Amino acid sequence: MVVLDQVAKEFVVRHRAGRLRRTRQVVRAVDGLSLTVEPGSTVGLIGPNGAGKSTTVKLCTGILVPSAGQLRVAGMDPSRSRLALARRIGVVFGQRTQLWWDLPLAESFGLLRHVYRVDAGRHRANAERFTEVLDLGPFLATPVRQLSLGQRMRGELAAALLHDPELVFLDEPTVGLDLLSKDAVRAFLADLRRERGVTVVLTTHDLVDVERLCDRLLIVDRGRVLEDTTVEGLKQRHGGERTLMVDLEEERTALAVPGAELVRVEGRRQWLRFDRDAPGAAAVIAAVVAQAPVRDLAIEEPTIEEVVRRIYRER
Amino acid sequence: MGDQLAAYGRLVAARIRSDWQYRASFALLLAAQALVSLLDLVVVVVLFHRVEALAGWSATEVALLFGLGGTAFGLADLTAGTVEHAAAHIRAGSFDQFLLRPVGPLIQLSASEFALRRLGRVLPPAAVLVVALSRAEVDWTPARATLVPVALASGTVAFSAIWVVTASAAFWTVQTQEVANSFTYGGSQLVRYPLDVLGSWLRRLATFVVPLAFVAYLPAAALLGRRPVSGGPAWLAWLAPAVSAGLALVARAVWRSAVAHYRSTGS
Repeated sequence: MVVLDQVAKEFVVRHRAGRLRRTRQVVRAVDGLSLTVEPGSTVGLIGPNGAGKSTTVKLCTGILVPSAGQLRVAGMDPSRSRLALARRIGVVFGQRTQLWWDLPLAESFGLLRHVYRVDAGRHRANAERFTEVLDLGPFLATPVRQLSLGQRMRGELAAALLHDPELVFLDEPTVGLDLLSKDAVRAFLADLRRERGVTVVLTTHDLVDVERLCDRLLIVDRGRVLEDTTVEGLKQRHGGERTLMVDLEEERTALAVPGAELVRVEGRRQWLRFDRDAPGAAAVIAAVVAQAPVRDLAIEEPTIEEVVRRIYRER
Repeated sequence: MGDQLAAYGRLVAARIRSDWQYRASFALLLAAQALVSLLDLVVVVVLFHRVEALAGWSATEVALLFGLGGTAFGLADLTAGTVEHAAAHIRAGSFDQFLLRPVGPLIQLSASEFALRRLGRVLPPAAVLVVALSRAEVDWTPARATLVPVALASGTVAFSAIWVVTASAAFWTVQTQEVANSFTYGGSQLVRYPLDVLGSWLRRLATFVVPLAFVAYLPAAALLGRRPVSGGPAWLAWLAPAVSAGLALVARAVWRSAVAHYRSTGS
């Protein structure tokens, strides 16, 4: 469905150096990136800010013209067949709206029907289905500018899918959303895949997105694919470490727990790092509680940034 | 093409519905645009208060020029002039969305920024044109009667092409509005006066390089049965559609190349 072969995108950045002089610097946002996405699969692109995730999505959707390499998306060259491709893909950029700011959500849907020339019956069926699943009913008549971020994002998702695209690109679809809205978005995407077999490519910073949605994930850094793996593979290799944060009743010397490493002490608060399988969270917590009265504790998963940093260091 | 035009209509209608929420400011802005457009006319009136003729052109004849040039410019301003907002969309990265839908980005851009208040720039010159046509000594023939709408349509396309080319510059260097305006608004001033008042090299520039002579001067000369001072036969005015089509092709090529240079912004 998507094939990228040694794709590169360069930007020329001009810096001011002195009063009139300017220096010219070539930045490679995407640097020889290759990937393949099979029809019907959900693939996550993860990596730190500036890794080239969004640029990759923009290349795949035809917004940007590549500096080098071959792209095939739904059998087309995206930048050359942009208009034809637009009918077959749906795109959501989490940070930007594609709806009409001053018009009610329902009117945006109506306009999109004409822009994409969707058959009226099919459009109505889709709109009704999405309104039900994403619970859009209460704010269909509200101008988009008055919607909360969570409401708007649900509207964006519906808008991007009204024309029955076979392939969907989502650039940080859950960024800035509260937990409830994140869950609604994830449940919707999972359903979409099950019911319609839509292929999904998404970029995210959220490991939970990846865990719940993706059967493959690509770790991207500095414009290249560092690792092509699965959620399980990533966890086994890099995400096995967790950190336990303990708030003790009183300040005291470092806790000593077999199999866990003390990483930080800050007043009454201490952090212990341990492997999720052995000793495991339960054993570590039991050991801590046996040593000192505990007021509160929390387990932290490694963030995508940490995992990627670790992978990067290992290279 | 028909689909694209239908989409343009829908998008323009959506924009008008959006603006309808701010109708008080719409009325004020419409009046302001009309006033500015009328001020241009005041300049001509004051001028003819002092002189009988301008390079051999009477007040009515200059009014004909003013009407033809001003109406064509106003129509282009109404439809294509909104592409001057390209720079703002490029800076904000919101140009992305125009590239994601199956309608040409130029159509989406001009429709999304459509401003009905710009009608204020069309109506005064159109009224002047009607009055001038009824008063000027035109020896009406079917050919001359056809020339009026042909010249208006060609002029509108010519100015639209200039708008698109100047807006395209924003894809390479982001701050270009001042330079762009000197071509667009500057050009609109130029076409409202007989080119006879200009030096010969400027006349040639306006005929052959940036062919603004075809918008009003050459058609008006043909209507009035004058030999254009810039040289060439009277039938030169009939080349206006061909010239405009040429300009439109150039504009399309420049725009396409500009869009291929679009860099978007970091999200």
